[in-house]
Amino acid sequence: MADNGVFGQNLFGNRNDTKNPHHYPVWRHFVALFVLILACVYAAPNIYPPDYALQIQADNSDLRIGVRFMTQAAKILVDEGIRVKASNTTGKGGLIRLRSDVDQLRAQSILDDRLNPAGRDRQFVIALNLAQTTPAWLQDLGAQPMTLGLDLSGGIHFVLEVDMESAMAKALGDEAEKATNYLRQENIRYRASENMVQGKAVRIPFATETTRDQALRSLRSTNDYDSIIASESQGSPVVEIGIGDERMATIEDVAIEQNLTGLRSRINELGVAEPLVQRLGRSRIVIDLPGVQDSSEAKRLLDKFATLEFRLMAKPEDRPSSLEVMPYEGRTRRLQRANIVTGDSVINASQGLDSETGLPQVNIELDSEGGERMNRATGPNIGHSMAIIFIEQKPVIARKVIDGEVVEKRSIREERRLISVATIQAALGFRFRITGLSMSEARDLALLLRAGALAAPMYIVEERTVGASLGQENINRGVRAVVIGFVLVLLFMLFYYKVFGLVANIALAMNLMVLVAVMSLLGATLTLPGIAGIVLTVGMAVDANVLIFSRIREELAKSVPSIAIQAGYGRAFLTILDANITTLLVALILLGIGSGPVAGFAVTLSIGILTSMFTAIFVSRGIVHLIYGRRQVQKVWI
Amino acid sequence: MTIDFMGKRHLAAIFSGLILVGSIVALALLGVNRGLDFTGGTLIEVGFGESVEPTTVRNILSDAGYTNAVVQKFGSETDILIRVPPTSVAAGTGSQTILGDQISAALGARIGKVELRRSEFVGPAVGDELTEDAGLALLAALGMIMVYIMFRFTGKFALGAVAALIHDVIITIGAFAAFQWTFNLPELAALLAVIGYSLNDTIVVSDRIRENFRSTRRGTSAEIINYSLNQTLARTLVTSLTTLLVLVALLVAGGEQIAGFARALTIGVVIGTYSSIYVAATVLLALQLSRQDLAVPEKESADNLP
Repeated sequence: MADNGVFGQNLFGNRNDTKNPHHYPVWRHFVALFVLILACVYAAPNIYPPDYALQIQADNSDLRIGVRFMTQAAKILVDEGIRVKASNTTGKGGLIRLRSDVDQLRAQSILDDRLNPAGRDRQFVIALNLAQTTPAWLQDLGAQPMTLGLDLSGGIHFVLEVDMESAMAKALGDEAEKATNYLRQENIRYRASENMVQGKAVRIPFATETTRDQALRSLRSTNDYDSIIASESQGSPVVEIGIGDERMATIEDVAIEQNLTGLRSRINELGVAEPLVQRLGRSRIVIDLPGVQDSSEAKRLLDKFATLEFRLMAKPEDRPSSLEVMPYEGRTRRLQRANIVTGDSVINASQGLDSETGLPQVNIELDSEGGERMNRATGPNIGHSMAIIFIEQKPVIARKVIDGEVVEKRSIREERRLISVATIQAALGFRFRITGLSMSEARDLALLLRAGALAAPMYIVEERTVGASLGQENINRGVRAVVIGFVLVLLFMLFYYKVFGLVANIALAMNLMVLVAVMSLLGATLTLPGIAGIVLTVGMAVDANVLIFSRIREELAKSVPSIAIQAGYGRAFLTILDANITTLLVALILLGIGSGPVAGFAVTLSIGILTSMFTAIFVSRGIVHLIYGRRQVQKVWI
Repeated sequence: MTIDFMGKRHLAAIFSGLILVGSIVALALLGVNRGLDFTGGTLIEVGFGESVEPTTVRNILSDAGYTNAVVQKFGSETDILIRVPPTSVAAGTGSQTILGDQISAALGARIGKVELRRSEFVGPAVGDELTEDAGLALLAALGMIMVYIMFRFTGKFALGAVAALIHDVIITIGAFAAFQWTFNLPELAALLAVIGYSLNDTIVVSDRIRENFRSTRRGTSAEIINYSLNQTLARTLVTSLTTLLVLVALLVAGGEQIAGFARALTIGVVIGTYSSIYVAATVLLALQLSRQDLAVPEKESADNLP
């Protein structure tokens, strides 16, 4: 156990102080003053209400949004009778500040109509935004208002679960392809099989044990595999390739990372001003879309997965086992199983209209490796046909009640469709176009290809929508509760502790300000339970002072005021520390389990505990010293 | 004036026992009315232009096929809260996520102006996990606190504090079960805050008990504890009062969404104040706390003298 006495007395001066109760180091006044000034500066941005604004961004990096563009955009709005407060360019685009939320919605639809003509690829993303109005000098100091949680700002919150089994199956599929390619290169014959990926391993079958052992030795010599063993499956000798735990974890991380990237660019397409997309735990992703009200549009993009496969149609010399049959225009067509390239190789895709037929088309650009493969595959096959398969996956959650328990069964509904069979006229390169889709399919495909493929499908496991008006009501109610609670506590303390009550009240007001300043500085998110945490902090923050004051009252019965004050602060300190550390422990546990609103509560509670300790020790102590410290006091009002 | 707290401890024990039994009976018979966060399902808050009866809404919903939707008023005459359990969604696409739009459309067609104020969907798996996490969090909180107090005080104090906390938690949840108030994630947060608060009180009292055991040479354990309780009584009451003041502000002005949270804390603060006086101290007496338990090295006891 630590030496209790030393702990307390270091902060309240050494023991000689009891002999000289008037000693109070001046530096503590400076610390208090310094913190007070900092708190004023960093809490200040919160009193400037934000402007309703539109954020304009170019969808295409070739377009630049300059001052002239923004002036024109503002003029379009003024001509429609909407009052524009300001319009300016920002780092990535432009910002138009407006008077009200009604104007904001109208302005969005007007600008969307005018800047993005129908039937063409979208050029500008126009997002609703709340623009801060913090003065420039405060911004230069790094002062920012607190971010509002979705329950206060309105918006949509999603939690998506990434299907790790699919990610694993995909990784194993890649492993199988790598191994079989290698075996083909080495001229070791394996038996073709539909399902080499079984559970958590890849099993490659062979005709005889001799070839199996030869393959095993050869594959082992590459040192590319975590675990590779000889085994037996369904009566034939197999080589079994497994993935180690470490790689398994890496695969999961990569899958989440790739999905995060994909989601971010999809959400970009939605035009949300300040979206939050981040990993939650092992296999989940949380998405916050402030200001968004229409969840169906968001959902259409989030959990959908669309991609393409390019293949050659069957040639007479192809072995039947390497072919697949798909229907196209009422007939069954035979095509090769092997892909030339897939959607993974697409680096850009845009939707457009065929200049001759007026039918929708998607312009595709491949990366260099994909382009080369396309070139190599199409070059020798001019006059032959190429097939394009459109794949759309939608995660499906079915729920059934079994023995009173709700059981979820997740599956992927996959739709594969041959959308085009075209004769290869010339060797294809990096850029080409595809047709055969409906208008909306072309739009979604372009978007989803552009956004990048997801490594694994995702399911929506949680969704919360808060209307904008409810958010505003929550803010108003929260602020009202803080004000009423604060005033009640102030009155009570003044009535009960008189002069010392006034001191505690000053400390409490400062505590509130430091709390807001720290939260703003940390970029913490304010939620409704977070406001409740602030209210609770107001009630509990006086505790440190109450402890000290009741101690002083007790000590006054035994000794002169100056010594009683000294002893009151000194004795109470350890108690305050013990009591607060345990509450802090509880708050940290809360932070561990809750996300979103509850985490907001835990954060405010933790910060509130720390700031209330600071203000009790530095502020209230300092003020009491200023009032009673310099003279021989005969009577104290407590 | 000195109040003889410890003299009435048997009465208090009976009182605590009765409420505890009542709480456990309520928990066993009625169970906690777990909210959406824990059960999963869909919850929709709609606002109407005029006052609407829940029955009207219920009829419209059952016509539309949502037969086991729970409909109730929420805060005001014009606000309605609709809860659809996860079971009532037919197997198919994850259609529960679009339930909000469908229900507000169905209501809009029959009643007129409807505003979808809030719509929440929680998958049952997420709810189950949260229930598990919540239990773990409560246990972790109690465990960590016990270790901390054992480290800072002694094992007997730790037992007393944890007994007081379990007492408070059971009674607070018991009240939620008895009145069938919805227990959601914010209420869980409140429960953990109650643990923090009640502990705060208990530690202040324990701290004084320890100090008096060390500095006073006369008196029985019961007398010293009683003396300590009296010394800290003013502080205990003032802090509880200021906390209750802000909680009342939250209950009155904070709106319906935060009311459950404020309610849980209010009950917890009242019970926590009582338990820091009676439960923790009574346990200390029952464990026969004595001066030997608090024996300290000479140097430290010298430090604690004024």
